[in-house]
Amino acid sequence: MRAVRRFGAEAVALAAATVIFLVPFAFMLLTAVKNEKQATDLDFSWPTEWRIVQNFTEVIEARDFVLLRAYLNSTILTVVSVALIVVFAAMAAFVLQRRAGRIGSVANFLVLSGLIIPPAIVPTIWLLQALGLFKTMPGLILVEVAFGLSYAVLLFRAFIAAIPRELDEAAMIDGCGGMRLFFRVIFPLLRPVTITVILTSAVAIFNDFVNPLYFLPGDDNATVQVTLYNFQSQYNTQWNLLFMDIVLITIPPLLLFVFFNRKIVAGMTAGAIKG
Amino acid sequence: MTKQHAGPRTGPGVVPGKRHARARADGRPRSAYPYALYLPAAVVYLVIFLVPTVMAFYFALTRWTLFDSTFVGLQNFRDFLAEQNLRIGFQNTLVYAVVTSGLKVVLGLLLGVLLTSKLRLRGFLRSVVFFPVLVSTVAVGITFSVLLKPDTGLVNQALGLVGIDGRDWLGDATTALLSVALVDVWKGVGIATVIYIAGILSIPQDYYQAVAVDGGNAWHRFRHVTLPLSWPATYSVIILSFIGGLRTFDLIWTMTRGGPGFTSDTIASIIYKQYQAGFYGLSTAGNVLLFLVVTAIVVPLNYFLGKRQAAL
Amino acid sequence: MKTSHRTLGAALAALALAASTSCGSGSEPAAGDGTVTLSFLVDNSQATLDTAKAMADAFMKANPTIKIETESRPGGTEGDNIVKTRLSTGDMSDVFWYNSGSLLQALNPAQTMVDLTNDPVLAKVQKDFLPVVTQAGKVYGVPTGTAGGGGILYNRKVYEKLGLEVPKTWDEFMANNEKIKADGITPVISTFKDTWTSQLFVLGDFYNVQAANPTFAQDYTAGKAKFATTPAAVAGFQHLADVHAKGYLNEGFGSATNDQGMKMLVEGKGAHYPMLSFQLPPLLAEYPQAATDIGFFGIPGTDPAKNGATIWEPAGIYIAKTTEHLDAAKKFLAFVASPEAADAVNKVVAPAGPYRIEGAELPDDAIQVAKDLQAYIDKGATAPALEFLSPVKGPSLEQITVAVGSGLTPPAEGAAQYDKDVEKQAKQLGLAGW
Repeated sequence: MRAVRRFGAEAVALAAATVIFLVPFAFMLLTAVKNEKQATDLDFSWPTEWRIVQNFTEVIEARDFVLLRAYLNSTILTVVSVALIVVFAAMAAFVLQRRAGRIGSVANFLVLSGLIIPPAIVPTIWLLQALGLFKTMPGLILVEVAFGLSYAVLLFRAFIAAIPRELDEAAMIDGCGGMRLFFRVIFPLLRPVTITVILTSAVAIFNDFVNPLYFLPGDDNATVQVTLYNFQSQYNTQWNLLFMDIVLITIPPLLLFVFFNRKIVAGMTAGAIKG
Repeated sequence: MTKQHAGPRTGPGVVPGKRHARARADGRPRSAYPYALYLPAAVVYLVIFLVPTVMAFYFALTRWTLFDSTFVGLQNFRDFLAEQNLRIGFQNTLVYAVVTSGLKVVLGLLLGVLLTSKLRLRGFLRSVVFFPVLVSTVAVGITFSVLLKPDTGLVNQALGLVGIDGRDWLGDATTALLSVALVDVWKGVGIATVIYIAGILSIPQDYYQAVAVDGGNAWHRFRHVTLPLSWPATYSVIILSFIGGLRTFDLIWTMTRGGPGFTSDTIASIIYKQYQAGFYGLSTAGNVLLFLVVTAIVVPLNYFLGKRQAAL
Repeated sequence: MKTSHRTLGAALAALALAASTSCGSGSEPAAGDGTVTLSFLVDNSQATLDTAKAMADAFMKANPTIKIETESRPGGTEGDNIVKTRLSTGDMSDVFWYNSGSLLQALNPAQTMVDLTNDPVLAKVQKDFLPVVTQAGKVYGVPTGTAGGGGILYNRKVYEKLGLEVPKTWDEFMANNEKIKADGITPVISTFKDTWTSQLFVLGDFYNVQAANPTFAQDYTAGKAKFATTPAAVAGFQHLADVHAKGYLNEGFGSATNDQGMKMLVEGKGAHYPMLSFQLPPLLAEYPQAATDIGFFGIPGTDPAKNGATIWEPAGIYIAKTTEHLDAAKKFLAFVASPEAADAVNKVVAPAGPYRIEGAELPDDAIQVAKDLQAYIDKGATAPALEFLSPVKGPSLEQITVAVGSGLTPPAEGAAQYDKDVEKQAKQLGLAGW
């Protein structure tokens, strides 16, 4: 009897989750393979014609293969920014968690400000221009790093709080200086939370739309989200291609997720504990 | 900054007794935790984020068009506050933040409990709930704008099957804001769930056993162990989604652009409209105000929640 | 330690790579053959893209040493934003396509664009076009494409079927709507998802405003005339509210798009669509019948004797001050403002109205909308839209008109809100008298 009820509850939960979370994805996929005329109806229906390959090639070839260039740009942007965020944030979080004092509280305040303050776009453009970094990939990378640091520092700090100080002290006795202590002893221990940070920042940066639009404009520099924007207006009526583009640019984060799926929670476990 | 990072370099030499390490952890030379580790993050953050933010405070006091800025004192703040739809914007921003963070807490907790139970399809469900997090906001906005269309949209067709007459969710002033908020929850509840899962998993099993010994059922376990002990997770979810909700912009912009009329405007979308109109000074003044509003709400909230956490 | 070194190394390598890839995109002239490449920024509406391509192709054929590279940007306010940002950061393409009239004024042309006053480039531009690309006595652009009408696009098949006549007054228009509704057809199409489309009842009514108050534009620029206190100017807001209150709008007007609206009109599901005539030509490929089925009339006012239409001037093409190829850019502009360019464009995009270039005529097989508009011009019964007569245009008009048109804001209040919005714009522009 209990088993039946259990099974029933499971079935209900499964069905509800599937409908709510997967149907929109099914809609994207179905629309992406329809022909143009049927896609314009924008309803949830079975494709009358499966144009998987045609739509795929059309989206790839559109505007001189802009999507491929965008993929390359987004990959560079994401990989470099995330690498920098991980290293910089872990270093800062370590000192922040371990060493209290006035500088610590200033740093704490700045981290929180980074979460709270909406970035001022125009002054940032102004500044990047003064530095000769406006409209360059390094400039955009720095922007992403600066905007992404706070959240990463919070995650790292919470995790580091769970690492006993005795470990630091033991390492110090072995003659490790501060730098070596961090890089040799602490950083390797941060692996679980590092994976969480990588996943969340990579998804955020890869999916970022606003910053590339402002800080790296131009067709040559397009990132994947910006192509979506181009498609949306250029193919105002070609919904099948728009959704094919959506599907294509959602694949990389999805792969990353499948790859790291089991480890996300592990990294957050300590994080959630300490807030 | 320079002054502090000169500190750690002063003396080499082995650090003596381990007992002292903690006591000296505030600025004496040769610390185990050199401030130099702050340096890379601090440089990027200061230059790219803080300098423009501080400059914004100045520009907020100017009439700033393409090339020239004229100092106008507090005029921009007066103008921004006189913005006819600012009141709606404030109200909407609060409603949006409360609704989204509230629902994320409730649903995230429920899903978290469900997905840490001995469900057979746990792994599958965890992934499914997290999927929307991976899709970009713009893509989510486009998709749901289509799904919420009045005539052909899937939502109304589904409602039609059970005999409910759907409406023009995004084109109707009474439902636009809440529709967007629900989509926001759909997209963001995965993160909240993961935070809860992590929080629940780190509750020591002893507590549950204690309840079991006392003869408690599932409800007791939830009420007396899971709920109170996952408070840190709740705290994280509230703070993160509340800040996100107050600053919300991209989803609203892709789905309704603050419309119909001004009915789903938030402070951030009003700021963006000033920016679009080329009123950079005015827009920057709005940014400063938004910053003050968020701080005025989040800091006390943070304090209040933090106190509650300490009390547990 | 090892891992972090590797990550850091990878990061640096990638950074270097990024630096090298982001540098190779300059538009330098190739060393050997003396070709010059001009970058040309246009908005990404189909009509603009087709027009720009036709002009660029014809120009490159005639000038093999100059290559035009067209670059597209989003339209609407996002596009305005990109143009402003790129101009203010000295990063604009050599030549660019942008609105004439009040939007141009906001770009600060004196500091960002090349002054073309008395330049031979303007030789064939009609003199009465020049004011809309002029600021402080200096001319900055040439017209591209045609002028268009802003008023009611209507389905002539529906009119024929129901035996209706083109209305000369607002009351006749409403009477037509009643008959159309009785027949089960949507009388007035509204598409408020694309908010800009909601402004037509107000902006397209300017001919009537001017007919009643000939000095409205000057007084308005000087801050003396207001929408809310000028009965003829409130009428536009009133009309918006009327068609909504009478239930003449299509279902789901709040989330319908311009695209859908045009299709409804062409397919005869709707009879009237307050719109710009520019929106019609791109549809012809898919719906050839639109050329003859769709007609145009100006938004009717109160006096049948003063019936007329409001005209939208063509957009302009301008040269950015930062260009390094001024001669080539001027050559291109001179071509754009020539009958040859009009001919080249005619073959690809049907003209939506008359040209502003001496010697460029409407072809005999012009679409009905263009002919209807030409008839108003021949009668002398047109006025340019307010945005071509005054630099002041409030940025929130489209939200206000959506609110009024959806019954959320009463028309008088909408007009007053717009006056406030205008005041803010004028203050930000630093105009005298506000």
